[in-house]
Amino acid sequence: MSDTLHAPPASACPACAAGVAALDRVQTPPEDARLVLSVPDAHCAACIATIENDLERMPGVQSVRLNLTMRRVSVQADPGTSAQDVIDRLQRLGYDAHELDPGTLSMTETDRQGRDLLMRLGVAGFAMMNIMLLSVAVWSGATDATRDLFHLISALIAIPTIAFSGQPFFRSAGRALRAGRLNMDGPIALALVLTVAISLYETTRSGEHAYFEAAVMLNFFLLAGRYLDFRARAAARSAAQELAALEVPRAIRLEARREVTVPVADLAVGDLVLVRPGGRVPVDGVVTAGRSEIDRSLLTGETLPAFAGDGTLLSAGEVNLTGPLTVRVTAAGKDSSLHRMADLVAHAEAARTRYTTLAERAARAYAPTIPLLSLGAFVVWMYISGGDLRLSVNIAVATLIITCPCALGLAVPAVVTAASGRLFRKGLLIKDGTALERLAEVDTVVFDKTGTLTLGTPEPTNPDDHPEAARRVALALASASSHPLAQALARALQDRGIDPATLDAVQEVPGYGVEGQWQGQRVRLGRAAWVGAEAGDTTAACLAMGDQPRAFTFADRLRPGAEEVVAALKAQGKQVCLISGDVPAAVQAMAARLGIDDWQAEALPQDKAARIDALHAAGHRVLMVGDGLNDTVALTAAHVSISPATALDAARTASDIVLLGRDLAPIADALRMGKLSTRRIRENFWQSGIYNLIFVPVALLGLCTPLWAAAVMSLSSITVALNALRLK
Amino acid sequence: MEVLGILIPISLGLGLLGLGAFWWTLKKGMYDDPEGDSRRILRKDYDDHPKP
Repeated sequence: MSDTLHAPPASACPACAAGVAALDRVQTPPEDARLVLSVPDAHCAACIATIENDLERMPGVQSVRLNLTMRRVSVQADPGTSAQDVIDRLQRLGYDAHELDPGTLSMTETDRQGRDLLMRLGVAGFAMMNIMLLSVAVWSGATDATRDLFHLISALIAIPTIAFSGQPFFRSAGRALRAGRLNMDGPIALALVLTVAISLYETTRSGEHAYFEAAVMLNFFLLAGRYLDFRARAAARSAAQELAALEVPRAIRLEARREVTVPVADLAVGDLVLVRPGGRVPVDGVVTAGRSEIDRSLLTGETLPAFAGDGTLLSAGEVNLTGPLTVRVTAAGKDSSLHRMADLVAHAEAARTRYTTLAERAARAYAPTIPLLSLGAFVVWMYISGGDLRLSVNIAVATLIITCPCALGLAVPAVVTAASGRLFRKGLLIKDGTALERLAEVDTVVFDKTGTLTLGTPEPTNPDDHPEAARRVALALASASSHPLAQALARALQDRGIDPATLDAVQEVPGYGVEGQWQGQRVRLGRAAWVGAEAGDTTAACLAMGDQPRAFTFADRLRPGAEEVVAALKAQGKQVCLISGDVPAAVQAMAARLGIDDWQAEALPQDKAARIDALHAAGHRVLMVGDGLNDTVALTAAHVSISPATALDAARTASDIVLLGRDLAPIADALRMGKLSTRRIRENFWQSGIYNLIFVPVALLGLCTPLWAAAVMSLSSITVALNALRLK
Repeated sequence: MEVLGILIPISLGLGLLGLGAFWWTLKKGMYDDPEGDSRRILRKDYDDHPKP
């Protein structure tokens, strides 16, 4: 983990750091920074100790708290402590981290809703226990005045409880009814109200049976299901919040020799924009001054940096690598290529049919049967008993309680919660609750290459083929540049224990390379044409030194777990494809290395989406794994999609599942887990169905007592929950 | 049976006490990090100087 290759951190102002150190824990300054970072690899007590103890020693940091459930560390620090410093520090400890926006994460609407539901659940739980205490006394033989008193006390507890805890169901049922629909909450609300009403009536008439405990119990179990469901959804929502990138879309506009930072939205066609090395091109434009190299990999999947000089056309989203560029805006806002991509995504989203979940299908079939069945019981018993209203209503209510989908309400959320918890521990964040069910149907997996199967960081392939002197000179030259190839080369050579040669007059020529004087002769490291070498078709940096140029070739580093995941997917019988925007040679090499037969190169974003549509049309269900801007349309078009946490925010937003760690291997687990959890959900439906099949006739015959109702309800709910926990 | 007059209020009172305790833990955010808390309890550095 600690050998992670990462882009150089944005240099923090050294003066700030010094200032912070000097401040040295004066009483909590009024505006200290709260930083929240996601640390997906933290998993044990030792992690808590390592991270908290180390970060607390960091100057300027006041308190650190690691939340292991959310895998987040929140740092209270003096202003001026940048998230990047904390990330670097964590990196040295061996933890990957990325910054989250504390503004969107602090006590939000979702948190309030969660606590609200939990409170209602708690009230229902305590009321249930107390009423059950009284009911047990009644069941074990309390009679006459004692029974009536116990029923009365139960009523005093149950009525306020149902009024408070039943609200989510009443509200949802009311909304559905006003819209002219019947959802699952309709019968539930009806059952709650009718049960309490009839029990109250029986109590006043000193009747033998009151169903207060059944009403509260029903409420409790259904709320438990509702809460689990909410938690899964909240996790999805917070995932989306978490991933809302902090990169504020800003640009540096050149105005009469002044540099002004403005929001990208304010740029107009014709404006001059400065793009610094390491910065992302904010708009489409044409270069008017400066020379550099640009990284197009996020847009096109090409790994080779392209040369940019006077007149080069740039698209929004590309990254400037070496020299500052002045760009004249040719298209901003709605017309820019970024925006066109967003339009394509919106189009694909609209075309995606809404997925009907298993729970929805079950509810649709089941919701109308409940009131119909109890109404039928009522009518038939009115006929049999010759108009005994009290008896008929009692039987109808008993039927309503037995049929009420207690276990059905738990069946799906219990499984989804258990499964997403398991996957989260493996480093997968499920953003969409239905993703698991959709994963189960997948038979084809499509991978992107750059940034997905590879880390998007180059690695020299032949540093050992060159003589010692060449390597020393190359190291000295490479160290002088911040170009990714140069940095990768420098790192590789340093790792081999090579000392840099002493050079004079080293200077970087933006867009071309680095040159210097070594023992009186000129040496250059850079583009093939510039050093006087023949350009090959592999990524290479050439070294001109004396007689003949030497080429240091590079290959993109494979993401850990890439080989395993392809092998595992093939073993599971899935069809695996590789679609990339990169050149054929690079894609073919990658496909051969991983054993993927089906590959496609130089694919435009539209091509990728078209390919996925074609696969869908042929009856396949596609899982798309991708990270770039050029993948977003395909991610949206696919049946399910996964993107790594390092992906561009647009790609992460478009995908259903985010891979938090660097390892790709959990993808195979996710597919397996999807299949397994769908099976568990079906089993749960069957289980609760069988309970109903047995006990509905009992209720219809008028043999169901409150004791029976309570026993059946808890038994079915508990078996369903236990079945969900069997997920491994 | 007179004992019921004492026992029932007591049982209801205990129930309410439990509910109150639950409400308090909820307000204090004790359900925010169950996994972390289950590990923290095993650490020595909380023994003498519990962190807030």
